[in-house]
Amino acid sequence: MEHTSLQAAFTPDMFMRNFTEADPGLTRKGAIEESNRCLYCYDAPCIKACPTGINIPSFIKRIATDNLKGASRTIMESNPVGASCARVCPTEELCEGACVLNDASAPIGIGLLQRYATDWAIRSGTQLFSAGVPNGRKVAVIGSGPAGLSAARELAREGFRVVIYEAKPLAGGLDTYGIVSFRLPQSISLWEVEQVEKLGVEIRTGVKVGVDVTAEELKAEYDAIVLAAGMGYVPPLGIEGERLTGVYDAIELVETTKTGVPTLELMGMRVAVIGAGNTAVDAATCSVRLGAENVKMVYRRTRSEMTAYDFEYEFAKQEGVEFSWLTLPKRIIGDELGNVTALECVQMKLTGETGKDGRLTPMPVEGSEFLMPVDAVVIAIGQKRRTELIEHLGLAHDRGVVRIDRATGRTSDPQIYAAGDIVFGSGQGEAMVVSAAQQGKEAAYAIVRQWSGRQDSVVGSAV
Amino acid sequence: MADLRIELAGIKSPNPFWLASAPPTNTGYQVQRAFEAGWGGAVWKTLGDPIINTSSRFAAVHFNGQRVAGFNNIELITDRPLEVNLKEIYETKKRFPDHAVVASLMVEPKREKWHEIVKRVEDVGVDGLELNFGCPHGMAERGMGAASGQQPDLVEAQTYWVKEAATTPVIVKLTPNITDITVVARHAVKGGADAISMINTINSLAGVDIHTWNTIPHVGGQGAHGGYCGPAVKPIALSMVAECARDRGVGVPISGIGGISTWQDVVEFMLMGATGIQVCTAVMHHGFRIVEEMIDGLNNYLDDKGLASVTELTGKSVPKYSNWGDLDLNYKVVARINQDNCINCNKCHIACEDASHQCIDMLTNAQGKAVLQVREEDCVGCNLCSIVCPADGAIDMIALDNGAAPLTWNQRQQLIGNLNHTYSAAEVM
Repeated sequence: MEHTSLQAAFTPDMFMRNFTEADPGLTRKGAIEESNRCLYCYDAPCIKACPTGINIPSFIKRIATDNLKGASRTIMESNPVGASCARVCPTEELCEGACVLNDASAPIGIGLLQRYATDWAIRSGTQLFSAGVPNGRKVAVIGSGPAGLSAARELAREGFRVVIYEAKPLAGGLDTYGIVSFRLPQSISLWEVEQVEKLGVEIRTGVKVGVDVTAEELKAEYDAIVLAAGMGYVPPLGIEGERLTGVYDAIELVETTKTGVPTLELMGMRVAVIGAGNTAVDAATCSVRLGAENVKMVYRRTRSEMTAYDFEYEFAKQEGVEFSWLTLPKRIIGDELGNVTALECVQMKLTGETGKDGRLTPMPVEGSEFLMPVDAVVIAIGQKRRTELIEHLGLAHDRGVVRIDRATGRTSDPQIYAAGDIVFGSGQGEAMVVSAAQQGKEAAYAIVRQWSGRQDSVVGSAV
Repeated sequence: MADLRIELAGIKSPNPFWLASAPPTNTGYQVQRAFEAGWGGAVWKTLGDPIINTSSRFAAVHFNGQRVAGFNNIELITDRPLEVNLKEIYETKKRFPDHAVVASLMVEPKREKWHEIVKRVEDVGVDGLELNFGCPHGMAERGMGAASGQQPDLVEAQTYWVKEAATTPVIVKLTPNITDITVVARHAVKGGADAISMINTINSLAGVDIHTWNTIPHVGGQGAHGGYCGPAVKPIALSMVAECARDRGVGVPISGIGGISTWQDVVEFMLMGATGIQVCTAVMHHGFRIVEEMIDGLNNYLDDKGLASVTELTGKSVPKYSNWGDLDLNYKVVARINQDNCINCNKCHIACEDASHQCIDMLTNAQGKAVLQVREEDCVGCNLCSIVCPADGAIDMIALDNGAAPLTWNQRQQLIGNLNHTYSAAEVM
């Protein structure tokens, strides 16, 4: 990666270099060696650890025997966003973490192998699936992220006519807009979108449900609706100075780097990122690659409580990100022009008491206020709920988390199912791309069952 | 998606993947599980007078961290009563009428013994018979298996006896423990065989424990030779299939057996003349489910090649296989090292230097970087460097056009003979 010399401008060349995919992926030789290490376990723990249940030993055996079409089909069969997941899944927590070779030698690099196979599919232009025989039923999907795409694809394969409503100009949701390009290039997500479109799924981009089309219209036109609208931008922190120039929303920050050379200027700046989740790490590493001189993650708790995955934390350290643990931002200070100049913080300490979430509660240390001189502040403390849309649809929810039947994804309105981040929270599910994909599939299968009268879940198990 | 159905000497099967007569086809439970998993046919574990097996039966050769490169066994034919096997064959065939169920048979080389067992297995509805003239251990000591398979006239006579009684197609399974497999194959055909299958296992001793000095495997400290199979034997099996496929005196369909573990192996055996194939060791290692990967790979391969049916593969490479004397002595290949892909391990240099023709130089280029370079004029085109090279695309063997017309050894000898004849004739005059 290219770092700044002071005051130099951020150029399109630097953008190209700093934002192309960091990991080059496996070579053919690497893939052959790694795939031949796989034991081809029976009833393999890696399959059980994958939320979408990819038959991992099978796809790896197919790589080992030069059947990349078969390998990529096995992956994408179970996971419609399998190419993105190959890059963003926390594999050490999932498939690789479950690999029986963890103790015996070293786990198989499942994520990299999955990427190797799906990269082949992308390059070859092979169409892996086909649409089912039309059954005359219509389903609207709200949101084209991992959950929406997965639901749409499975429904299309079963013969449903599917229309996706997407508020943004491009489809793909979080995978298209929300993950830094050096980890997930936008082209990967757009390929997954294209695979779904090729099954006859229509994607109406730039259409916002509740504004451009109403819930009543959708309910009248479609037999069922899948709500997969994810979550929104970062909510305000609620401290003074959040409107100063140089204060950014972490998700918006990442988004600006996904749609061309960003106009936002961080060259040579000192950046404080508030928060310690995966989005915060993305925002921090993104800032580094945008040329920031110093990037600090500011978190009121410690390393042990941070929610970012270990590999994200390691990546941030490698990128030169610094960490201010036990530091609570109190106020953002600006100059007379309204530009950020400092972050006022207070030192925290862990009280030794455990909070409701099982983590140790932090308390401010009296009189420990200090000023952290910074030129920009990025806020990454979670995401807003889509309460307005949920209420427009008239669905029961708990503080913006749609209430669903866990088995089917069905909401309080029997015509509407929900999947993905919009049902994440309040102890429901996991905010992972791979979980969203699985929930999308399950909502689709529930709809298939509803309209076919089938009670058993045969869909999706057949190859 | 291509049509995978095959027909071997009249035996129909939904795909070319059969289980070989071996431990995985010991019972109806296993064969039915195999059919559910996707196998198209099964040759039942050899029927005959039940035997007594030893405890400790299998051993394998592991190679550089990969398990089961080769597999060795001293297990004999079925140890279950014939009636039990027949009942299970009947039930299996009833449940899977479209799958191929072939009974492997081995009895004493007596006419009435063969007549009797043929009648009994055909009564329960088998699709064909496979005569086990190949098992190299145990049974051979009793004059059966390889012991009869090594005597061409005994193969012919027994095949003939079977054909006297049989109404279903008869496959003769050949032993590789013989100098020229085509001799036995021709005798099987003379006896009336409808097809041949090969190879059975090769005489082997898997190893010796260097600490206890016991054989591997051993039975209470004592060992005996077993039969070798698995990936390591594939080249031997493939050459025997090829020899039989190109022999005009054989001329019957071949069921290929020997180390087949992947769909690519299947394609190779079929290209070399097999109509279908049989598998054992890969199932011993991975279970019946391995067939899913083989079917998927074969299907995608056939689609990529634009072939509508798997049967189109059979024998396509046979015309490309002949005798050394028919090879073009003027054909010339040389090694070329692609510097972009070379990782500078120098394996090619030392292999050429010490084991071939000393034509790969270790040089330093103008930028001071180490480079390996072939002196093409000294390269004999042996392939050794490209064999030891671990990097993809680093060494290509390039065919050179040296302008000379093709000339085989046989043609050359004939030309010399003609010249000598001309000279002798001239001298006489």
